[in-house]
Amino acid sequence: MGKTRSAGARGKAPGAPAGVRGCRARPSANPFEVKVNRQKFQVLGRKTRHDVGLPGVSRARALQKRTQTLLKEYKERDKSNIFRDKRFGEYNSNISPEEKMMKRFALEQQRQHEKKSIYNLNEDEELTHYGQSLADIEKHNDIVDSDSDAEDRGVLSAELTAAHFGGGGGPLHKKTSQQHGEEGQQPKSRKELIEELIAKSRQEKRERQAQREDALELTEKLDQDWKEIQTILARKTPKSESRGGKEKPKPDAYDMMVRELGFEMKAPPSNRMKTEEELAQEERERLKCLEAERLRRMLGKEEGEHIKRPKHMSADDLSDGFVLDKDDRRLLSYKDGKMNVEEEPSGEASSSESEGEEGKGSSEGDPEESDGPDGPSGLESDVQSKDGSERTQEEQRPNPGERSTADDREAARAELPYMFAAPESYEELKSLLSGRSMEEQLLVVERIQKCNHPSLAVGNKAKLEKLFGFLLEYVGDLATSDPPDLGGINKLVVQLYNLCQMFPEAASSAVKFVLRDAMHDMEGMVETTGRAAFPGLDVLVYLKIAGMLFPTSDFRHPVVTPALLCLSQLLTKCPIQSLQDVVKGLFVCCLFLDYVSLSQRFIPELINFLVGILHIAAPNKQSQGYTLVHPFRALGKNSELLLVSDEEATTTWHRRSLPLQWAGRLKAQTETEANHTRLSCLAVCLALVQRCVTVYGALPSFHDIVQPLRALLMEHLAARSCPPELQELSRSILTEMEKQPKHYRPLVCEKSKPVPLKLFTPRLVKVLEFGKKQGCTKEEQERKRLIHKHKREFKGAVREIRKDNQFLARMQLSEIMERDAERKRKVKQLFNSLATQEGEWKALKRKKFKK
Amino acid sequence: MEGEAGPGGARRALGRLVEAVLADRGKANAVFDILAVLQCEDQEEVHEAVRACSRLFGALLARGELFVGQLPSEEMVMAGSRGATRKYKVWMRHRYHSCCNRLGELLARSSFQIKELALSTLMKFVQLEGEHPLEKPKWEGNYLFPYQLFKSVVGGLLSPEEDRSLLLCQFREYLEHDDIRYHTMQAAADAVARAADGRPEQVPLAFWNNAFTLLSSVSLPRQESVPSNFYVKHAELSDKWKVVHLREHRKAFQQMWLGFLKHQLPLRICKKVLVIMHDSILPHLAQPSLMIDFLARACDVGGAVSLLALNGLFILIHKHNLEYPDFYRKLYGLLDPSVFHVKYRARFFHLADLFLSSSHLPAYLVAAFTKRLARLALTAPPEALLTVLPFICNLLRRHPACRVLVHRPRGPELDADPYDPREEDPARSRALESSLWELQALQQHYHPEVSKAASAINQALSEAEVSIVPLLELTAFQIFEQDLQKKGPEPVPLEFIPAQGLLGRRDDLCAQHFTLS
Repeated sequence: MGKTRSAGARGKAPGAPAGVRGCRARPSANPFEVKVNRQKFQVLGRKTRHDVGLPGVSRARALQKRTQTLLKEYKERDKSNIFRDKRFGEYNSNISPEEKMMKRFALEQQRQHEKKSIYNLNEDEELTHYGQSLADIEKHNDIVDSDSDAEDRGVLSAELTAAHFGGGGGPLHKKTSQQHGEEGQQPKSRKELIEELIAKSRQEKRERQAQREDALELTEKLDQDWKEIQTILARKTPKSESRGGKEKPKPDAYDMMVRELGFEMKAPPSNRMKTEEELAQEERERLKCLEAERLRRMLGKEEGEHIKRPKHMSADDLSDGFVLDKDDRRLLSYKDGKMNVEEEPSGEASSSESEGEEGKGSSEGDPEESDGPDGPSGLESDVQSKDGSERTQEEQRPNPGERSTADDREAARAELPYMFAAPESYEELKSLLSGRSMEEQLLVVERIQKCNHPSLAVGNKAKLEKLFGFLLEYVGDLATSDPPDLGGINKLVVQLYNLCQMFPEAASSAVKFVLRDAMHDMEGMVETTGRAAFPGLDVLVYLKIAGMLFPTSDFRHPVVTPALLCLSQLLTKCPIQSLQDVVKGLFVCCLFLDYVSLSQRFIPELINFLVGILHIAAPNKQSQGYTLVHPFRALGKNSELLLVSDEEATTTWHRRSLPLQWAGRLKAQTETEANHTRLSCLAVCLALVQRCVTVYGALPSFHDIVQPLRALLMEHLAARSCPPELQELSRSILTEMEKQPKHYRPLVCEKSKPVPLKLFTPRLVKVLEFGKKQGCTKEEQERKRLIHKHKREFKGAVREIRKDNQFLARMQLSEIMERDAERKRKVKQLFNSLATQEGEWKALKRKKFKK
Repeated sequence: MEGEAGPGGARRALGRLVEAVLADRGKANAVFDILAVLQCEDQEEVHEAVRACSRLFGALLARGELFVGQLPSEEMVMAGSRGATRKYKVWMRHRYHSCCNRLGELLARSSFQIKELALSTLMKFVQLEGEHPLEKPKWEGNYLFPYQLFKSVVGGLLSPEEDRSLLLCQFREYLEHDDIRYHTMQAAADAVARAADGRPEQVPLAFWNNAFTLLSSVSLPRQESVPSNFYVKHAELSDKWKVVHLREHRKAFQQMWLGFLKHQLPLRICKKVLVIMHDSILPHLAQPSLMIDFLARACDVGGAVSLLALNGLFILIHKHNLEYPDFYRKLYGLLDPSVFHVKYRARFFHLADLFLSSSHLPAYLVAAFTKRLARLALTAPPEALLTVLPFICNLLRRHPACRVLVHRPRGPELDADPYDPREEDPARSRALESSLWELQALQQHYHPEVSKAASAINQALSEAEVSIVPLLELTAFQIFEQDLQKKGPEPVPLEFIPAQGLLGRRDDLCAQHFTLS
């Protein structure tokens, strides 16, 4: 109750100021009733709603409303009777008044009929016309005919006067009004209606006629006018006639052609062929970009900031399934020699053909693509399409060039099938490759790749990913075989590289797997025996391959960083026990230095190892100025492994590279050969030292790092047992060491930013929209709004209830006062009457007494 | 005698003999048969014989049918005209002795089962003999323990010929009993003294090993408590007995160890002793400072031994007010490149962290240590670097005076490093005038974690120290595994220069120095 009322009051509230404003606009507003709410601050952009108010007016309105609702309720609070308005359709607004009347009348009739028929059997149904009983009408025959209305216009019949002026209800009217209740007006309105109707129809008739006459007049006028200007338009007449007859113009053939050509999809302009210089330039750009990326990774910049690596192979390489076209070409040329030259022009021609086709196809197919590509991507797609055409051609005519290759290979190749299923297991691959020459093996691997290209079937990608692992295993097998087939590995590396470019993830996990395997073996050996032997050649080959497949200069790389640790372990955990170990160790050192050749990172283990190698080659060990660390011992069984005391061997030695096969298996050598090997190892070691000196020359404590090396080199020089070439090398290394600058600049920390003092300035928040809670989600905002609204409503309701109570109390008080006053009045009256009685009685008594 | 073949038969036969001897004194001569089986070579039979002996003499001891008191010689008693019962008892006790001797010999047998059985039988005899002493108490409540028998047991355990660590492991169970422990300590001290008496340098390694195993398995209770867990059950414990006082135990413990360590021990034993020194020896000694001789000697040996000795020394200095002037100098001397490659690396750094944890150390000393460690880090493998770099940073944090090593704002540029690595005295090494250029060099280390750790000195060091405890036990293999598991960027970056062959490009070192064939 209070709620609804308050809602009503609230509904008024916003309206009130508008009213006020209206009041202000009106000059009649009483200035004494206006209350102005003064604002302390003017806030820009804020809308004030309650700056002025009319307290008197609004209070009066509220009071009135209360008297109408609350007071009424209060007064009827104990009354159970209520007045019910049962008139038919009184409050139904859907029904039009006429209808309402009709229905009410029908109802009335029905009721009457029923009632009478129950008790009064004789009575007939009274016939009426327009609600008046016919009998009545018959009685008063003087009802005017509507048709004759026009004649006796001025005369007012008794009925008419009654109807119009509601004058003294005649007897006939008494009766009808008694019957019809509130429908007493009916006969009057009917007459009026008829009169009006007639008048209206007459007027309409007149108007219609006038209109028709006007129209006729205008048509005639128009015709005349037309005839006048017809002569002027005489020339154009036939054309307009023809146009009117043909309706649609027949388009000209030429026009049609032009239109059609205009709307037809154009073949997109293809990029022109690049010139040599441009290609070179592009290649340089690409390499520059890649190099910049590599540098960034080398410095270990924030991983977060790295942008998507610009792929030198097209980004959709995997889905589309193409090896970099350049590599592909190189592959072919590498394999097929001069055949490449033959194939080139034909491929070119077919490519141009297919490009034309493709252009058309794309114009029909997807228009986005045709206008989409810009710059490099366009180039790429171009390249791809060329590549694709090359491929398709190759597929259609399988290896046309191969028949024209050298004769000696002809026979062997003829035996090879052209289709190979991708091997599902390592054994399968091995069985495919076993017993074939290296060239054939390569061909087989290549054909496996071609036949199972990811673009050809769904599962091919996984198959080729597996192939990488199998190939890696195969390479390991080749390396451990006796003698190690390094030539084969040398060729397979290229395949591995290509596969790796296609499937980086699979390749990285495969390489990681073999590295982990190797480390596991070594760790197990260290745990059981306390030291490890140098692993086989396969591990070294794996490490080398890892360095070729992945960028070694990255600050952190998922494959290269573990590989570096692996190398470090080889150098620190494996003691040198034979000449073979020396070769392996030196190879590991070379690998290590190759890994860091770009990043120039510092490897303590390498220096230790070189010190150790120089130590076991030194003739007289004073062991001054350097200390050996773990895998090497100052004294012991192998402490003179590289020492050459044979003069003859020294003089006959010539410097040459070490065969990598020795790392796998060192064949028995004569004493002189062994000595030569030793000297070669020493030479490699010295070369590595030289490399270290150049690479690490810039390090801050370079001289402390190379100090043990220097001591050992001095020793070597002092002994003069080396061949002159090596002595010369040692001397140059020493001078180079000395040349490095000795700058010791004291370290200074980077200045850290001072921590700012805590400030108490208010936090400024940008307000984007007034009246809205900032900085939360939409649901939150909605929730807050509802809470706010509820609060406001609640307060309003409380206030209204309070005011209601006050009003009621006031009413009650006034009632009480009224009652009291009444009582006083009555008491006074009684007293008065009593006083008069008393007076009378006394007067009577006096009279008596007087008598 | 063993008419029936097989172990079952032998067992039954022996069982019958034992029953006969126990039932009837007249059949006592069957004991010889049993002892004879004890001598034979067959394992199963010996096994059965030991069991039989155990049963027989166990019963006899319990019944008190062995002669009590000073044992007269067999011939004398037999020849004499004393009572038959006495004769029987004396005779039987002689048989008991020979049985015990034989069991002692069995401790040297190759079969472990026999050894174990012999040991347990002997210990059973020890227990029974303790309850029913074979000597007369000199006064009321005299504490009697079969010393002789027990000594022979301990002597058998400390064999100079072979390593008996397994048997000693078995023996460890008995050491839980307070009395056995006490007497073991005494017996072991005796045995060691006897063994090393004549020619200490000729004592075989096996003996030292056995002795060390036995000695190290003796562990006294930490808290003060009255020994009450006795192997030999006594009706009531007397306060006058030495064995019930922990103080006496301590004394015996100390005597045992001092007697052991007095000798020129092999290096390996020495290391082992030093490893357990701080934990299980020093706290139980009555006078820990007596260990100084041994520790000082070990400290001068050099290498890992010195390092381990430092731990003991440090405890003596720290807890027992020992004066040892050259402690830090010795520690400084221990720092050489090999510390990063030895097995004791984790322990060394743990100890070094402990020794250098005081913030009252002079700045020159800490600076010298820092500089030396940094210098050594130039030859360290990555796993060691990951320990030593935070270690150095911690030192710098602890000693703000040493921060000049990484932050010297207006220092002049120098021609050479003022630090003298050859100087043995940290005070004169001029480390405070130097800077940690080595760490700057290590910022170029190939491993990313090392490089990061070394780069910590570039910024002002944070206040809180980094705990190096989790880094101490880090092995290269663990780092390798971590690196493998680390999620790299997606996709894996690839080399963009195409591979041409196994040896790589022309200018690669591999291609320069190696050929494929």
